[in-house]
Amino acid sequence: MDLYEHQAMRLFAAHQVPVPAGDVAASPSAAAAIAARIGRPTVIKAQVKAGGRGKAGGVRLAPSPEAASALAGEILGMEIKGHRVRQVLVAEASDIVEEYYLAFLIDRADRGILAMFSASGGMDIEQVPASAIVRTPIDPAAGLPPEAFPEALQPVAAKLWEVFVASDATLVEVNPLIVDRSGKVLAVDGKVTLDDNAFFRQDLSDYSTEAEDPLEQRAAALGLNYVKLDGTVGIIGNGAGLVMSTLDVVAGAGARPANFLDIGGGAGAQVMADALSVVLEDPAVKSVLVNVFGGITACDAVATGIIQALELLGDAVTRPIVVRLDGNNAAAGRSLLAEAAHPMVEQVDTMDGAAARAAGLGA
Amino acid sequence: MAIWLTEKSRVVVQGMTGAEGLKHTRRMLAAGTDVAGGVNPRKAGTLVQVKDTSLPVFASVGEAVKETGADVSVIFVPPAHTKSAVLEAVDAEIPLAVVITEGVPVLDTATVWARARNSATRIIGPNCPGLISPGRANAGIIPSDITGAGPIGLVSKSGTLTYQLMHELRDIGFSTCVGIGGDPIIGTTHIDCLAAFEADPATKAIVLIGEIGGDAEERAAAFIASHVTKPVVGYIAGFTAPPGKTMGHAGAIVSGSSGTAEAKKAALEAAGVRVGRTPSETARLMRAVIGSL
Repeated sequence: MDLYEHQAMRLFAAHQVPVPAGDVAASPSAAAAIAARIGRPTVIKAQVKAGGRGKAGGVRLAPSPEAASALAGEILGMEIKGHRVRQVLVAEASDIVEEYYLAFLIDRADRGILAMFSASGGMDIEQVPASAIVRTPIDPAAGLPPEAFPEALQPVAAKLWEVFVASDATLVEVNPLIVDRSGKVLAVDGKVTLDDNAFFRQDLSDYSTEAEDPLEQRAAALGLNYVKLDGTVGIIGNGAGLVMSTLDVVAGAGARPANFLDIGGGAGAQVMADALSVVLEDPAVKSVLVNVFGGITACDAVATGIIQALELLGDAVTRPIVVRLDGNNAAAGRSLLAEAAHPMVEQVDTMDGAAARAAGLGA
Repeated sequence: MAIWLTEKSRVVVQGMTGAEGLKHTRRMLAAGTDVAGGVNPRKAGTLVQVKDTSLPVFASVGEAVKETGADVSVIFVPPAHTKSAVLEAVDAEIPLAVVITEGVPVLDTATVWARARNSATRIIGPNCPGLISPGRANAGIIPSDITGAGPIGLVSKSGTLTYQLMHELRDIGFSTCVGIGGDPIIGTTHIDCLAAFEADPATKAIVLIGEIGGDAEERAAAFIASHVTKPVVGYIAGFTAPPGKTMGHAGAIVSGSSGTAEAKKAALEAAGVRVGRTPSETARLMRAVIGSL
């Protein structure tokens, strides 16, 4: 889960990482009140989980509370890379003397954690030449090696490392980490991604873990692994790789998938019913493709699940459903569905054929 | 022959007494795997009846190895305890630890790997279906009745796509199929499997299945270009995945411009790998390769 900047800042502050004074506002008047309380020029920053805010006009300097109010009014409601701005961070502006880049992240290639540091802070790190970046692998059991950061920044680096470990982050990025005119080190921007797999041991009460999309919210409440996409063919399958593959094959057949939905292994009738109901709730869906390869789960059990799901849903099944069953006990599963002869259900025996059919019905 | 898992392998199961552990121990035994026992400190000294076999439960992996000569551990313990379970296997210097558990915090896996990287133990997973050498042994949850022994080696980030390809090529058969898992940090990579298949006389051709996220497939492509003489057929899932969204597997995410399916496919093709557009086409490509050997 990605945190908003203001959430990252609060997390930093909780670990004694120095951050500018500031708070989050959802209205121009609230922004003005925060700016007045700070009593110095502020920066009004759009809170969206996307990069390129500055270029989009989502980060502006406000010399006064009146300016903070006006700018917040302009920024709130903006759309940046598909994300609507609902909140702004009003933070004390800094007199920047030096700017650095500092990050801890998962290094998939090295299969460990990497510290990254650059004296070229304040710009997109992908634009910084590799020679200007110090990369230091970290053994989590051993902690931070001293060569990872300049001595003057080691105390703040140690605190950011503590943030990374204590909150089970997969990314803690500060860009820029600054030194101001008074010599103070401050994290003036923060990007934090938390590891969803570690939620069982983290206190998440400060964050809303709810998805922004209402269908994703509903799917999550049902325990389904669902991602909303922008097409018209609803997709249900078992196994993340097979579902991704199904999206691709549908796209290859000329239609756009409406979602990713992995029901996992051994899914019963209720899971299938939940899955179908979420997919059919999406008004953009014109057809549904259920693509199941029976590995451990036998296809006759899957077919029984689909039939029971159709009964549970009743009249809610308003769009055609193409089903492809293959693998363990496929013949038995197919004949069960054939016997049930549901008017909205059509079977195709191959994945490519089923995807083409669903695409034809749903494009 | 096969890679890492043969009819001589002796398997212990960490978490054997749990529901999943028990179910899959039964399946592994039914596939002819030599399962020597389980590990659970709270139930040490007891016997667990699995169909016709009575399996001893040991207090630790070290004890199980000492008592039975086990050389493979299959791990089913829940995510909160996976780190200590895998470290226990590493400390016991067991040659192969197969971590089936899904949902392990990545910081835990990083901690395990920091200790395991120069150890005697090969880790497969976490969040994987394990590996099978059809007709010989099964360590994990891959169904053993899809296909038999044959000349194809398979390495995949995805479980169901592994099953799908095994099914489509079931008349040809496989030396070993390895599900390496879809987490950001994994113990055994595509490259490890490619190197082992290249050295395995029973493997004549290799299927490589990848998906979005990271650059493991790009690195595998570079390895193929310089180190693999056997024919490789590839498949990549996730062309339609939008950036910034995790697609089921924790590691399946396109971040900015990195980790895309296009880049992976292009890298593999540049290394001479034929890449199928669908799983079925991938199977057809492999069928043609086997036919021409």
